[in-house]
Amino acid sequence: MEPYLLSNAVVVVLVGGLAAALASARRSRVWRDAGRELVRRRPIVLAVLLAYVAIGLLDSLAWVSGSSAGTTQGADTVSIHKPRSAIDRLFPDERYREKSYSAPLADREFLGGAPLRHPGRHLLGTDLLGRDVLYQTLKGARVALLVGGFTTLIVIPLALLFGVVAGYFGGRVDDVIFFLISTLASMPSLLLLIALIMVLGRGPVQVCVALGITGWVGFARVVRGETLKLRELDYVHAARALGASDARIVLRHIVPNLMHLVVITFVLTFSGFVLAEAVLSWLGIGIDGSWGRMIDQARDELSRDPIIWWNLVSASVALFGLILAVNLLGDAVRDILDPRTLRERA
Amino acid sequence: MSENGGDVLLRVEGLRTWFPIRAGVLQRTVGHVRAVDGVDLSVPRGRTLALVGESGCGKTTVGRSILRLVEPTGGRVCFEGVDLLTLPKPALRPYRRAIQIVFQDPLGSLDPRMRIRDVVAEGMNAFRIGANERERTDRVAELLRHVRLDPSQMTRYPHELSGGQRQRVCIARALALGPKLLICDEAVSALDVSIQAQILNLLRDLQVELGLSYLFITHDLGVVRYLADRVAVMYLGQIVEDAATETLFADPQHPYTQALLSAVPSVDPGRRGMAVHLRGDVPSPATPPTGCRFHTRCPVVFERCRTETPPLYPVQEGGSRCFLSDPAARPSAEPPARA
Amino acid sequence: MSTPVAPAPRHDPETVLDVRGLVTSFPGPNHRLAVVDGVDLTLARGETLALVGESGCGKSLTALSILRLVPKPGRIDRGTVRLGARDLRALPVTELRRVRGHEISMIFQEPMTSLNPVVTAGKQVVEAIRLHERVSSTQARRRALTLFEQVGIPDPASRLNAYPHQLSGGMKQRVMIAMALAARPSVLIADEPTTALDVTIQGQILDLLRELRDQLGTAILLITHDLGIVNELADRIAVMYAGHLVEVGTRRDILAAPRHPYTQGLLRSIPARAQRGERLAEIAGVVPPPGQWPTGCRFAPRCTRAFEPCTRLDPGPTRLSANHTAWCHAVAQEEGSSPVGGVPA
Repeated sequence: MEPYLLSNAVVVVLVGGLAAALASARRSRVWRDAGRELVRRRPIVLAVLLAYVAIGLLDSLAWVSGSSAGTTQGADTVSIHKPRSAIDRLFPDERYREKSYSAPLADREFLGGAPLRHPGRHLLGTDLLGRDVLYQTLKGARVALLVGGFTTLIVIPLALLFGVVAGYFGGRVDDVIFFLISTLASMPSLLLLIALIMVLGRGPVQVCVALGITGWVGFARVVRGETLKLRELDYVHAARALGASDARIVLRHIVPNLMHLVVITFVLTFSGFVLAEAVLSWLGIGIDGSWGRMIDQARDELSRDPIIWWNLVSASVALFGLILAVNLLGDAVRDILDPRTLRERA
Repeated sequence: MSENGGDVLLRVEGLRTWFPIRAGVLQRTVGHVRAVDGVDLSVPRGRTLALVGESGCGKTTVGRSILRLVEPTGGRVCFEGVDLLTLPKPALRPYRRAIQIVFQDPLGSLDPRMRIRDVVAEGMNAFRIGANERERTDRVAELLRHVRLDPSQMTRYPHELSGGQRQRVCIARALALGPKLLICDEAVSALDVSIQAQILNLLRDLQVELGLSYLFITHDLGVVRYLADRVAVMYLGQIVEDAATETLFADPQHPYTQALLSAVPSVDPGRRGMAVHLRGDVPSPATPPTGCRFHTRCPVVFERCRTETPPLYPVQEGGSRCFLSDPAARPSAEPPARA
Repeated sequence: MSTPVAPAPRHDPETVLDVRGLVTSFPGPNHRLAVVDGVDLTLARGETLALVGESGCGKSLTALSILRLVPKPGRIDRGTVRLGARDLRALPVTELRRVRGHEISMIFQEPMTSLNPVVTAGKQVVEAIRLHERVSSTQARRRALTLFEQVGIPDPASRLNAYPHQLSGGMKQRVMIAMALAARPSVLIADEPTTALDVTIQGQILDLLRELRDQLGTAILLITHDLGIVNELADRIAVMYAGHLVEVGTRRDILAAPRHPYTQGLLRSIPARAQRGERLAEIAGVVPPPGQWPTGCRFAPRCTRAFEPCTRLDPGPTRLSANHTAWCHAVAQEEGSSPVGGVPA
């Protein structure tokens, strides 16, 4: 499967899954109240995040247009049959490129001053290869969502599984899992990442998987600690005295009481992984088309005189905006889901 | 140990529960906390045995050991003749219906994310009692009514109820499986006096209605006097005195029991400052004193007590673990006057 | 809201603490809720007053309000708190700090959490001493040693260097008492000082408090729900329910001849006083939380003697004797008087 098709599918599934989770959470009064409280406290942040998600989603819906027939092989026809996303379609295709740099809304090329093909139409200018910066920035949203969302979705079940099993059963099981966790944690994660990416490949999904494999350890430790605490609570003892099996206790008592942790962690690790990908891009092994890649490519230009700033700033602002929004959301979510306030509010 | 006539529902013999103390990098066992160190007791059918003691004496561990919520290290726990400690875990399961427990902290005993209906039905779900959800809900309503709660409360969450109501829910949950023995682990200690009275009355009524037996674990002697038929006093992992309630209060044999009884402040304005107070603190259960464990704080200690451990001497219909209660010999030194 | 029992005295030198009309509130869903709703207390020199009630009645908050230690978002809305001639509510914080620990000290319920776990016991007592006296650390340490002996800590010299987790509950509470008495306060507020302790240790602490009180002449405001402890220590008793005082009197008045239905119910509910085989006398229902207080007398819904005015008027005080007052319409009726200044619903 083409890498971009696979990652499109993943993004759509992610967003769909999120919508489904929200829908099912609405049934529980606790989550409904929490949601309402969140909207009350951070409407702007939620709106911004919604915008990012919408852009990412639009960029994931790709289809082939124009003549469907034409199975002629050859370099020319490939470009016609390549699926183009909704974002792609907002911009005219290849012909939108310039030769090289141009400042935002400029008429002329930056170097040399020759007239542009599409003067005044590049809202954020163009980069070294003449690609429209706004276009690239919008496309970066999908990558960021993918990296943040998908990787977190790999991390959370892994961490829950190992953390809960280790914390609940204790003894040998705990020793083994904890050994595994500690070993992974003591390896230099960057080197491990690089090695994994070399093995798995450079596609977006593969990079996410690599990030996930190296990133679950921290949350697993937290889950284990919380499970150790929950296990000693009287209602767990009571459940055991009532004849509940271990599986039942874990699924009905331990995991639901970890959910507040999960939500908070989801929000926070999301931004962590987006930033991690930016670092990977700087090292040259990140995902194509991400903001990190844009920033990496734009590094040199900061030292030029006159300075070329628009591509770097654009990617940075987009990245910063997402991370800031997610972190603000995370703070609010943590406050709202704190079990103590949950108890008082009702 | 003598019984009160009638048959014995639960008989505990020589129960020991030791917790290993681990130290060092390799987590080697360097000693044990002897939380329960040779406890015998019996609960007659339809009656209440109170297990009394202060914090650290091991009474809570006894309750949990009987249910194997904590695995005992040795001894026998015979329920209707069957030693529960020899059963493999799957064979233990049916006994979960027969012996239930109510904990001290009503809020901590309830999963904050479960509605009351699900809380009370939990045991039923685990044992698949009731043909369908409908039936189980009906049974929950019936149980709530039994504990004097309005069935409409079943849609609420624990934090919406008061302390007394929560404790009633815990009792209803325990009753859902139709137990014969209810272990009440400080079940009323966290409640206000006026709510305590309500719950104690409820427990008494349930005992009469359902023929329940209680093992009532508490530190509150006032409650003991009111509710229990027999009392066993624990100190540092051992039973030091065991007697019928009235006998214990009228004529306590063991110096610890005497101190315990006298330490409880009376509400009678004419009786003030009559307490004789023990010196010192409770020793650690990891390193219990040699000889009689109580000797470090005993007001009538003499030489023998420091080196020899007294057995539980039979006294009337019970026992006392003190050399002064030895019916055969008198100790060589002049016994000092009792406090 | 209750009006003062007697007109506020011009400062009586024998009265060391005088609280009038104290109202402390917390924010509720719609408006602020007065959790302490008009409380008057007086404490004479060397006297022990017990403030008794069940959980949620506002007794702990009353104690905290005296020292202005009410946690946010609560605040003291009204009332005066006179220590001697000064109103503590009017004092600037710097002066209030000099009062705290020096003239009024407080000990708390949970000795486990009231001591800093990373500082030795001795250091904490030394800190308490040096906050209020200009002494060198050596002198302070010597005084700490003396204090440890006074509060009955065995082997005091080595205990000075012990960390809180190395001390038992009873020992920790003794350290707290040492800290509280370090600056020789005239008033000691003890908030459930023995609730977390075993009954045999409780006895030791009560003995200690009695001894120290007799030696130092400290007045004690004892907050508790345990009427047995009250009988051991208190001279006078004030009973609180749902933010209000319902009965105030001497120890004998309250324990031998209580008049308010709540006080009577409380005493009857004590299992130790009951006969085996009888049902315990219950008080039906539950304490209403702040914000759900009924109009009129707050105890009326649970009261077996409630009658017509109880659901309309909040009862005013009825003077039963020089030291005994009850806030109850039924009692007022018995005494042949109408309640003084009842507040219409």
